[in-house]
Amino acid sequence: MACAPPCWEHFEHDADVGVRGVGRTPEEAFEQAALALTAVITDPARVAARERVAVRCEAPDLELLLVDWLNALVYEMATRHMLFGRYAVRIEDGRLEGEAWGEPVDRDRHAPAVEVKGATYTALAVRRREDGAWVAECVVDV
Amino acid sequence: MDPSRLERRDEHTWVIPPTGAMRVPAILYASEALVREMDEKVFEQAANVATLPGIVQAAYAMPDAHWGYGFPIGGVAAFDAEEGGVVSAGGVGFDISCGVRTLTTGLTRADVEPAKEALADMLYAKVPAGVGSTGRIRLDAKEMDAMLRGGAQWAVERGWGRPEDLERIEERGRMSGARPECVSERAKQRQRDEMGTLGSGNHYLEVQEVAEIYDPAVAAAFGLHEGEIVVSIHCGSRGLGHQIGTDYLRRMLEAARAHGIALPDRELACAPIRSTVGQEYLGAMRAAINCALANRQIITHLAREAFAAVFPGVDLRLVYDVSHNTCKEELHRTAEGGERRLYVHRKGATRAFGPGHPDLPEAYRKVGQPVLIGGSMGTCSYVLVGTRDSEALAFSSACHGAGRAMSRKQATKRWRGRELVEELARRGIVIRSPSMRGVAEEAPGAYKDVSAVVEAAHAAGLARKVAKLVPIVCIKG
Repeated sequence: MACAPPCWEHFEHDADVGVRGVGRTPEEAFEQAALALTAVITDPARVAARERVAVRCEAPDLELLLVDWLNALVYEMATRHMLFGRYAVRIEDGRLEGEAWGEPVDRDRHAPAVEVKGATYTALAVRRREDGAWVAECVVDV
Repeated sequence: MDPSRLERRDEHTWVIPPTGAMRVPAILYASEALVREMDEKVFEQAANVATLPGIVQAAYAMPDAHWGYGFPIGGVAAFDAEEGGVVSAGGVGFDISCGVRTLTTGLTRADVEPAKEALADMLYAKVPAGVGSTGRIRLDAKEMDAMLRGGAQWAVERGWGRPEDLERIEERGRMSGARPECVSERAKQRQRDEMGTLGSGNHYLEVQEVAEIYDPAVAAAFGLHEGEIVVSIHCGSRGLGHQIGTDYLRRMLEAARAHGIALPDRELACAPIRSTVGQEYLGAMRAAINCALANRQIITHLAREAFAAVFPGVDLRLVYDVSHNTCKEELHRTAEGGERRLYVHRKGATRAFGPGHPDLPEAYRKVGQPVLIGGSMGTCSYVLVGTRDSEALAFSSACHGAGRAMSRKQATKRWRGRELVEELARRGIVIRSPSMRGVAEEAPGAYKDVSAVVEAAHAAGLARKVAKLVPIVCIKG
C-alpha cells in the first residue's frame, strides 16, 4: 500500500475510481492526486506540458480544498478540451494557487478512456501517514 | 451483503428495521443471490438515507443497488416538504436525468445484417462519442436559457425531431419549473459545445433486435415485435448536469449545517425543500433534466439521419424516454391513505407508473409506462412495464440497469479492449469506440447479470417484463 512520496495510485470503488496522491507536504500530495486524476483518463506521461493554465480555489478545510482543486481541473479539462500532465500547487490560509501544464486532447495519441464528471466527498481524506507522508484522496465519478 | 443482517418479509423483500437515528425502515427488493452479491455499503447507505428529515415510509433500494455517493445507486426516497423534508444533490447524482430512450425502426434483422458495418460507421460518424468530443451545435447565452427551459420541446422546435416524439417522453419533453438563472456560468460553459454528444463511461447508442416477447399485448401497445430492430440511446445531461451536481453538493454541505441537519456522511448533503438553496437546486436540476431531454432528442435526430443514409425511407419512431437520476414532485397514495405531494428522489432508479396514471401518454395509459432497462455493452437490455403495485412498493419505481460488479481497475487487468471487440464481433456484435481502454473498462463481465436484476424486479412486482433486446451494433462513448 505504501508508495514512496511523491507518488500516486488508484484505489478500488464499486462503480467509479479513487484517486490518491502521496507527498512530503500537502501541496505535493495535491499535485500527485491531480496526476492520479489524469491517469483515470490517460497515461500522464503521454501528455506534453505545452500550455499552462492557472487555477485558484478556496475552502474552509484541506479536504474540501482537495475536492475544489480536482473539480477546478475537471472544469478546465472539459471547457478547454485539454489534458494535463504536470501540476504545481501552493496552499496558504485555505487558499490554493495551482498551475497545470498540458495540451489539447489528441484522441489518437491519448486514447482517453473515460471523462471524469466530478470529484466527490466519498472516501475523502487529507491525512498524514505514520511515516509522516501526506495523503490526499477521494473517489471521482466517471 | 450478509442476508442475516436483514429481516426477510417475503421472497424478494428485505427490511432494515429503524435503529438509532433512522426515522423509517430501509427496504431492499432483490433475490437472495443479488443480496449476497451486494456491497455492505448499500446497507449502510440505505440506513443513512432513512435518517434524513421528512422522509416518507422508507428508504428503498432496487435489485441493482450498489455503492453510490451518500445515497446508494438504485436508491429511491420520497420527502414531504410539509414535514421539513429535504432535497439532496447526492440523492439525484452527478449525471442529472441520465436516461434511456428506445426507437423502433420497422426493419428486421435480415434487413440490417448485411449493412451493419456500414450502419455502425455512419452512426459513429454522426453521433459524437467519447472524451473531448464536441457537437456541431453552439448555443449563445439566450439559446442556452431557452434550451434549459424548453428541453426536448426546444429541440423539436429547432428542427431536431418531430412533434409526435414529445408525447413519448416523460413530462412530454419539457420539465416545468426549470430556472436557468440558478445554473452557474461554469455549468453553462461546460455545456456550450456538448449538445448532441453521448459522453463516455457506460453511455452508448445501440442497435438491437427484439429477441423475445414476454407480454404480447403490452409489447403490441408499445409497438414492439419479435425480430424487429430497435435503437436505444443511453446518456444524460453532460457537463452541465455534472457541474450543477458539483456546485450544489458543496452549497448543500453548508446549508445542512446552517439548518441543523446532522449528516452521517458528507455526500448526504441536503437542504430543506422549503429553503433558498433547496428551491434553487430544484430549479437548476429541472433545467438539467431539460438539457438531458434536449440532448437525447438531438442524438435521436442524428441517429435518424444515419439510418436514413443507409436505409432510405426508414421511419424511426420513439417508444419512450425515461430518466433514472432525478428528483420529481409527484402525488402518491401512501400507506396511511390519502394522496400526498412528495419529492421523489430516484438515483439509478426508473419511474414506473402503473396503468391508468394520468401522466402517461394516451397510447400507454391502459397498459402502464414503458420502463427501459439498459444492459452493459454486449449483453441484453429489457423493456418492462409499470404495475399497479409499484406505487405501494416504492413510489412507482423500478431498477435502471445492471450495475457494476467489478471496478474499472479490475476490469482493465482482466480484459483488453481489442480482444473484447474481436470476441464480440465473433458473436455478431459490432463495436465502435474511440478508446480501447474505455471498452475494457466497460467489459460485459464487469457488470452484474442484468437478467437477474430484471427477474428480481419482475418477481418483486416493481415492473413486469415485456421484451428482451439483444445488441447488434454498439457505439460506445
